[in-house]
Amino acid sequence: MTKPPASSTSPTGKAAANGAAPSAKAGRLATRANEADQRLTLASPIRRALNKVFPDHWSFMLGEVALYSFVILLLTGTYLTLFFDPSMAETKYSGSYDPLRGVEMSRAYSTTLDLSFDIRGGLIIRQIHHWAALIFVAAIMVHMLRVFFTGAFRRPRELNWLIGIGLLLLSLVEGFAGYSLPDDLLSGTGLRIASGIILSIPVIGTWLYFLVFNGDFPGTEILGRLYILHVLVIPALLLALIALHLGLVVKQKHSQYPGAGRTEKNVKGVRVMPLFAAKGGGLFMFVFGVTALLGGLSQVNPIWLYGPYAPADVSAGSQPDFYMWFLEGDTRIWPSWEFRGLGYTIPAVFFPTVVVPGLVFTIAAIYPWIEARLTKDRALHNLLQRPRDVPVRTALGAMALTWFLWMTVLGANDVWAKVFDISLNATIWIGRIGMLLLPPLAYWVAYRVSLGLERHDREVLEHGVETGIIKRLPTGEFIEIHQPLGPVDEHGHGQLEYAGAPVPKKVNKLGSTGRAIRGFFSPVEEPSEVAAVTGGNGDRAGQRELASQQQPE
Amino acid sequence: MTKPTAAEPADPSPGLLARARRRASSTIALTVALGAVGFGYAAIAPSSAAADQTPSADAQRGQQIYQTACITCHGRNLQGVPDRGPSLIGVGEAATYFQVATGRMPAAAQGSQIPAKPPQYTEEQVNQIAGYVQSVGGGPQVPSGNLRDGDMALGGELFRLNCAQCHNFAGKGGALSSGKSAPGLGTSTDQVIYAAMLSGPENMPVFGDNNITPAEKRAIVSYVQTLKETKDPGGNGVGRLGPVPESIVLWVAGIGALMFAVLWIGAKS
Ligand code: HEC
Ligand code: HEC
Ligand code: HEM
Repeated sequence: MTKPPASSTSPTGKAAANGAAPSAKAGRLATRANEADQRLTLASPIRRALNKVFPDHWSFMLGEVALYSFVILLLTGTYLTLFFDPSMAETKYSGSYDPLRGVEMSRAYSTTLDLSFDIRGGLIIRQIHHWAALIFVAAIMVHMLRVFFTGAFRRPRELNWLIGIGLLLLSLVEGFAGYSLPDDLLSGTGLRIASGIILSIPVIGTWLYFLVFNGDFPGTEILGRLYILHVLVIPALLLALIALHLGLVVKQKHSQYPGAGRTEKNVKGVRVMPLFAAKGGGLFMFVFGVTALLGGLSQVNPIWLYGPYAPADVSAGSQPDFYMWFLEGDTRIWPSWEFRGLGYTIPAVFFPTVVVPGLVFTIAAIYPWIEARLTKDRALHNLLQRPRDVPVRTALGAMALTWFLWMTVLGANDVWAKVFDISLNATIWIGRIGMLLLPPLAYWVAYRVSLGLERHDREVLEHGVETGIIKRLPTGEFIEIHQPLGPVDEHGHGQLEYAGAPVPKKVNKLGSTGRAIRGFFSPVEEPSEVAAVTGGNGDRAGQRELASQQQPE
Repeated sequence: MTKPTAAEPADPSPGLLARARRRASSTIALTVALGAVGFGYAAIAPSSAAADQTPSADAQRGQQIYQTACITCHGRNLQGVPDRGPSLIGVGEAATYFQVATGRMPAAAQGSQIPAKPPQYTEEQVNQIAGYVQSVGGGPQVPSGNLRDGDMALGGELFRLNCAQCHNFAGKGGALSSGKSAPGLGTSTDQVIYAAMLSGPENMPVFGDNNITPAEKRAIVSYVQTLKETKDPGGNGVGRLGPVPESIVLWVAGIGALMFAVLWIGAKS
């Protein structure tokens, strides 16, 4: 079990349990609760759950953002299903949007128009749904970055990393299925590309294509199939995997950053009730507020401007939603190398749209094992690492992230070419050269910065914090006085060992003034805690394996 | 790039090679004969047109402007000057109106694509120049009067089929290859849109009246112009460019606000 938090919380439930004079109402409530408990014996599991301690750090709330936007997606999506019809049957539009009245279109497109123009609340719910979907995927990506750069995927959490990759892939497919449903010009263009990708797969391509589309493009089935995937199959899988994902977080306990009193064997943080729940609830409200504001103020996916899909139509500036751009980008810069041989032709699109993402996601999925093999580190880790303490991983991550971002940027190269008045052909060459240069550059920069940051931390531990006080020695030499963080040896060098925890770098972070420091974005620092980090921490934290060193089995 | 309703040209009936060859030789004969007639007509037509009409006062004023502003590149008789400007014989009032009213002409210098700029002449002068060019070489003309009386729904379909691949679904423009681009239609007037279709400037194809009928052209004008004037029902239209500006809003406003929330809540333990 978890240890009670060192300071912050006071035990909860006290007031309810031994409240002096419970009112009649409360008394009745207590009897009811007791009755229920005698039948269901829920009290102790609930108490255990509510007493769970969750470590406190802003970066641990990124997964929650994904979770809450998923909840919003389920709620808003349900409303949309009440009015949307995924049918590809032709119909003549007769709703209230003038410029399209009388146009032949699919039921799917016309019901989406109805949702946007004729159904009460339809447009804002559609827009909230779409913004929440974008936030969902973006939050997953940011959450994944947090998990990666802090080493949270290491043993014992490899399985949760794998589940995470599954969640990411499912969300991408879910998003694609979602924006393909309205059957507008952009979604049809996306489906057209998807069909081309499927056809490009050697040997099974054609067969697979017919399995998916059941006939000529676009056929009459694809929307119905995507619909079932989008509203039933993938959400159910997501839900199941999220349950597993969070179940594992509870079972394995959340990891925590190194710091005063935090070890591999405890969890220091706040209890679920009331603090964590309050924070989580607050964050949910925030996520809801942001999606609602965006949905109300900023137009998204204006399908009435795109028009209904017709296979002969295509528009300049056709982009999918942002999480697909990296595929778009690497396809756009890929040379038109076609492979011919052994009786087969493999078209050029196969490589950037199937092989590259296949490799990328495989490497991402097995990264925890790759790293464990390379570092020979197979120990259990409950303490996270700061990115600076693992320069190679940080640099690899920076390299991968740069590749992803660069491909993402290139996925909209025609828009950049138009907006910044660059030749479209030039953007492709800039893209190719950038792909070769930027990721290694990012590796080098991240590596250097990590080393520099860690070295500075060690320097401060050794020499103390710069005070800004300049002293003139009798010899005439000027020196700056440094405030040591702990006991010093005969040379005046600090004896604290580097523990992978933040090191105070400014005098006003030392708590030397005796005041608690309340930052807007930085947590409240109690003087006692500061003392613990800087002084009394040597025993445990100091002996703990250094982050950058390997732990023996 | 044809309109949806137009019948496809009849497929050449599949035949054996020999039959095809016989057919080809008769086709060549026909082409030569037609070419000769057409050539002969072209040789006499402009001169007879000029002989029949005494230029109107407007066209004369147009001629004066032409001779000061255009002659260096397009030549004394509109025949064009090698390496400076193409012949204007037969381009007609539509092309001239388009080029001068959007400020593309008189061109300042040669470039990959002569840019639009604030027009140098008043509407009246533009019409005078256009009248002059029309009086010399003939060619397509922009009808006068209201051009927005077409069927918007049809116009939208035609626009998506014929124009959106370069000008974007909402007429926001787009990049073309080799540094060229299709401009946004945000400031184009009814006449300019109509004239652009008739004259096909730069990389834009000519949409002649037998390809897109005048009624269909009016429909397109009516769609493009109405779309520009409709409000965005969903809030701020963020440039109406679809996923690119939306993604910027997402990361800057959406994720930005949420990171703020996360950091802020994280600080309040
Ligand atoms: C600096 C040289 C220059 C000057 C001055 C100039 N033009 Fe042009 N003009 C060009 C070039 C070059 C083109 C071809 C543009 C293109 O292909 O985009 C052109 C194209 C045109 C066209 C379109 C021809 C077509 O085939 O559709 C018209 C009409 C035209 N000019 C009219 C004028 C008029 C009227 C003036 C005077 C007000 C003028 N130009 C002044 C260089 C010039
Ligand atoms: C192959 C791409 C292409 C297609 C298709 C195309 N255009 Fe264009 N359009 C262009 C280019 C390029 C220009 C700029 C010409 C120039 O700068 O000389 C242009 C210019 C225009 C302009 C002038 C804009 C201004 O105010 O400066 C209008 C209006 C226009 N097009 C309308 C249309 C319409 C309507 C259609 C469909 C019937 C269409 N275009 C189809 C490429 C295209
Ligand atoms: C549907 C998408 C996802 C949801 C809703 C979600 C939710 C969460 C939540 C709420 C937590 C606990 C809080 C936190 O550490 O942020 C968590 C932890 C974790 N997530 Fe996710 N996540 C998702 C996707 C992913 C992805 C894509 C990955 C990585 C590939 C991932 C890997 C992990 C790991 C390893 C942990 C444990 C972290 C630790 O103990 O430090 N998750 N997730």
